[in-house]
Amino acid sequence: MKILYFAWLRSKIGVPTETVDLPAEVATAGDLVEWLKTRSPRHAEALANSKVVKVAVNQEHVPYDHPIAATDEVALFPPVTGG
Amino acid sequence: MAIRVQAGDFDVGAEYAAFTAGRTSVGGVAMFVGLVRDIAGGEAVSAMTLEHYPGMTEKQLEAIEEEARRRWPLDDVLVIHRHGRLEPGDRIVMVATASAHRDAAFESCRFLMDWLKTKAPFWKLEAMPDGERWVEAKDSDDAAAARWAE
Repeated sequence: MKILYFAWLRSKIGVPTETVDLPAEVATAGDLVEWLKTRSPRHAEALANSKVVKVAVNQEHVPYDHPIAATDEVALFPPVTGG
Repeated sequence: MAIRVQAGDFDVGAEYAAFTAGRTSVGGVAMFVGLVRDIAGGEAVSAMTLEHYPGMTEKQLEAIEEEARRRWPLDDVLVIHRHGRLEPGDRIVMVATASAHRDAAFESCRFLMDWLKTKAPFWKLEAMPDGERWVEAKDSDDAAAARWAE
């Protein structure tokens, strides 16, 4: 699965994208955030406060209980601040 | 109908002229233009860099426009949003709505801005005297968007 990071999540994690092989137990967006925290101390720190970690699947905003599949484009980012 | 996400500036007068050209059924146009402020939280801002999520940005802006058209009888909608490095006074965003009557134009213009601020994937990085800082989302922006819940 391809994961994209934006804004301070990108700078804290240190890469704009990464490709991961998902374990079978990762079934939802929330599962993914929890699992990503185990990848490195940088991930753990960046993703610590789930209130400010938003998820998009295939370029649509989704809640944490949204299912994810290996072919999805998943993005993690802070609350948006455009306009 | 136009959604544009671009690094370059835009000319508000030229955009307005193109937006209204040949549209004699339009009774009113509402426009909002957002600018880079030189102060945030009492601190001087020397520059602002807007990051976005190419692809999702356009998709979300199109969805927001579609929702505005569902709610109000609009002749046309224009949304221009810039990305990249901007300086105080620079234009960031422009929304224009055209309708036969002013209420639809005013309300839909505000709706588009309120929804855009909470749904379009842009993030602002401000340059301050003591370094760079990511702008935090405001509760007041969520409240402004929530006003439009049906």
